[in-house]
Amino acid sequence: MTPRPGFVLEVDRSTPPILFWHGERFVLERLPEGSRVIYAPEPLSALDDPSAAIRHALRNPLGDRAPLPALLRPGMRLTICFDDVSLPLPPMQAPDVRQLVIEEVLDMAASAGVDDVVLIAALALHRRMTEAELRHALGDRIYEAFAPHGLLTQHDAEDPDNLVHLGTTDKGEDVEINKRAATSDLLVYVNINLVAMDGGHKSVATGLASYQSLRHHHNPRTMVHSRSFMDAPSSELHTSNWRMGRLIADSGVKIFQIETTLNTDTFPSQFGFLQRREWEWSLRDRATYMATAAALDRTPPRVARQVFHSIRAPHALVSVQAGEVEAVHAVTTANVWRQQGVEVRGQTDILTMGLPYISPYNVNSIMNPILVACLGLGYFFNLYRGMPLVREGGVVILHHPTPWEFHPGHHPSYIDFFEDVLSDTTDPVEIAKTYEESYATDPWYVHLYRTGHAYHGVHPFYMWYWCAHALDHLGRVIVVGGDPAAVRRMGFSPATSLDDALEMASDVVGRSPSLTHIHTPPLLLADVR
Amino acid sequence: MKALVFERNLPRFAASRVASVLGSGRGAAVGPLRLLETDPPELPGDGWARVSPLVSGICGSDLATLDGRSSRYFEHLVSFPFVPGHEVVGVLESPAGSIEAGRRVVLEPVLGCAARGIEPPCGACADGLLGNCERIGFGHLAPGLQTGYCADTGGGWSRAGLVAHRTQLHPVPEDLSDEDAVMVEPVACATHAVFRASLRDGETVVVLGAGTLGLAVVAAISTLSSRGRVAAPGALLAGAKYPHQRRLAEELGATAAVDPAQLARAVRRRSGSLAIGAPGSAGGALTGGADVVFDCVGSADSITQSLAMVRPRGRVVLVGMPGRLHVDLAPLWQREVALVGAYAYGAEPAETGTTVRTFDLAFEVVAAHRLGRLVSASYPIERFEEAVQHAGAAGRRGAVKVVFDLRPTRARADVPDAPGPDAQ
Repeated sequence: MTPRPGFVLEVDRSTPPILFWHGERFVLERLPEGSRVIYAPEPLSALDDPSAAIRHALRNPLGDRAPLPALLRPGMRLTICFDDVSLPLPPMQAPDVRQLVIEEVLDMAASAGVDDVVLIAALALHRRMTEAELRHALGDRIYEAFAPHGLLTQHDAEDPDNLVHLGTTDKGEDVEINKRAATSDLLVYVNINLVAMDGGHKSVATGLASYQSLRHHHNPRTMVHSRSFMDAPSSELHTSNWRMGRLIADSGVKIFQIETTLNTDTFPSQFGFLQRREWEWSLRDRATYMATAAALDRTPPRVARQVFHSIRAPHALVSVQAGEVEAVHAVTTANVWRQQGVEVRGQTDILTMGLPYISPYNVNSIMNPILVACLGLGYFFNLYRGMPLVREGGVVILHHPTPWEFHPGHHPSYIDFFEDVLSDTTDPVEIAKTYEESYATDPWYVHLYRTGHAYHGVHPFYMWYWCAHALDHLGRVIVVGGDPAAVRRMGFSPATSLDDALEMASDVVGRSPSLTHIHTPPLLLADVR
Repeated sequence: MKALVFERNLPRFAASRVASVLGSGRGAAVGPLRLLETDPPELPGDGWARVSPLVSGICGSDLATLDGRSSRYFEHLVSFPFVPGHEVVGVLESPAGSIEAGRRVVLEPVLGCAARGIEPPCGACADGLLGNCERIGFGHLAPGLQTGYCADTGGGWSRAGLVAHRTQLHPVPEDLSDEDAVMVEPVACATHAVFRASLRDGETVVVLGAGTLGLAVVAAISTLSSRGRVAAPGALLAGAKYPHQRRLAEELGATAAVDPAQLARAVRRRSGSLAIGAPGSAGGALTGGADVVFDCVGSADSITQSLAMVRPRGRVVLVGMPGRLHVDLAPLWQREVALVGAYAYGAEPAETGTTVRTFDLAFEVVAAHRLGRLVSASYPIERFEEAVQHAGAAGRRGAVKVVFDLRPTRARADVPDAPGPDAQ
């Protein structure tokens, strides 16, 4: 049966309560009549034979690239880079797409007699992956073949001996990336393109870059002018990455780009109700929801967190394309929109969203308040093309417990950022000017990033900058059910219930506002016209 | 006349110690402190005068005594029975030196050589360093470190008054309220501690604890450094457990005030230190850290925390009164940290070769910040059990300084009476 496309529901009297994520819980909220609820398209059908599709893509590249086997020869230096633990969300059931793709690449390399092969996790300034996470992404066979010999590495943006400055763009942007990758005869980059902003020149120009390079586009000015991240031609972030990517290509780095898209089959069958439209819930869905919600209500948050982070998504591969970066990415982006795009007419006064337990930066970790803000205002707010779902001066209502809690090993600088920086100012421009440099160069953060599993010291700044467009655009941000102190620290307003939040929003948008709800999961992209 | 009298009574002392397990100040009802009819103390000799207390504070050392937590070190430095109360503003009943009768005075309670009639004075007293008196416990007075621990002098928790040597008295400027004035003694302790730290310009300074002493240290540093009397720190961080303490610390001049659990992190950030283990965690320590830490708590935990965030060769100044503690001093040894005691007051270095009395500086600090605002609640001595309990839980109950109000007619404008028993 053909998957149904996305859909915008107008709430009427017969509409049942709508499911909202609330961290490690769910709640059902009855929305005012006339509200709109945006549902994603149903998951596309999986490719029947993913490995065959991958081989086909490698042998039939897009754009100005020869087939991969023709690029491989004995004695060459081959570097295979891959997206890190931040993709996909939740982590997918084994075998991971990265494993499937890299196995095919390695088979072709072996057939061609290539024996200088290094794998690099393209971390940028993210935390280093654990052995378990690497094994999950690559499979035990690849891990055992490479890791013990030091041939499976993780990009270190603070290792001066393994960075190379390739030049400066015409806009003055330093392009400094991983030396092994840049000096290889061929750089193969394996992407998982969960959303439209992933991939393209951003893969290498960001994933393998240093702080000196990243700061040119990860800053408040660029973020405010990225409208949105999901629409590359309108994204200053992507424009900067494209400039850098072309400079990388012009400097002689040969990249063979592989991009994959997954369907939105996000949760296992026991959470099937999450993917269905509420009025179509079966008796079994209702019973499962009630049992799950009741169990979660009685489960300590820490235990619930462990349970949710153990979930592996049944994502399936729906497209794979390979070849020259820009040609590949154009097709990939179209495929992402095919899976996630929903046409939406006009903006709204109030945009509501239920935020889940996971974001790209807290896989197997804690969703701290800064990540809550980033997920809501940096990601969900930006799930649009054309114009924001919410009008300028409108209100976003987030639904999340927003605990004042941090993972000390993964997010050490976040703790200080939350305590010291946000207590002083929440203005991204002021924050960048006053605090960024000292956090970015703090030797202890650098040490933890390089030797532990900590995000780089500057990373919480980037999370806050992701929110810059939304903070610039919105009249108010309200968090339902959040820790009041944590919510206020970020300059947002806490509300105990959705009704309270709507009452509070009326101060900004009047007493008869329009309301739109982004229904997730699965992820969707709103084409707002 | 009623006075609160602390008697040597071992069963009550034991009962107090047991009750204080439930919380500081809980032992007041069963301990050796009793409200009794007493006569005014005799004048010990020439140069002594009577003082009628107006307001008298409850100090952390008073609480330690009432809780039975004081070190046995002090056993020979007190005499029983005594009337507690060494933070005192009162009215002078007869002339004392150049101070005329009827003036409000603040008591400098240390009983040094002059008060004890010892001639010639010891070297410390000759230099004005009363807190370091080498004849303490001798002379014509019964033993007692200070007024408030001496059987011969009376104390501030009394309507019967106390006696004070003229060298112990400081006239109160007219523009200072009684509440401001009662803060002078604890601020003098804090001021002396600041001088004991030998601050240097640009140093990172930490004040751990934001009760009366901690806040007074913050106020003293900000006032004295702004007037060039001590070096100006580059950053002044306060570790304050409660929101009202954090607010006050920042109002008084702290660069930042954070929860003590986050203090090591804040110090690490500002000092550019690395860390062994997570900052603030058990066993965690900074490799660098603050130049100076003022420990205004005086517990094993606070000393341990101070040692974990002071830099090698830094200074930890013990301002809060410690007792017998179990502390791992390995970091002190390995990092060559100077652990500096800071008791009471006396004289501090001023311009080259001169000194200034600590109390004179304390008056400046109190006036600059109007520190009477730290007086959060006042009680009549008849409600001493509630008062002591309130003082023992001051931070948790949103208070800083709790005092006894001994004024015959309430002249206070801005300090609410503590609610009466019916209201509690």
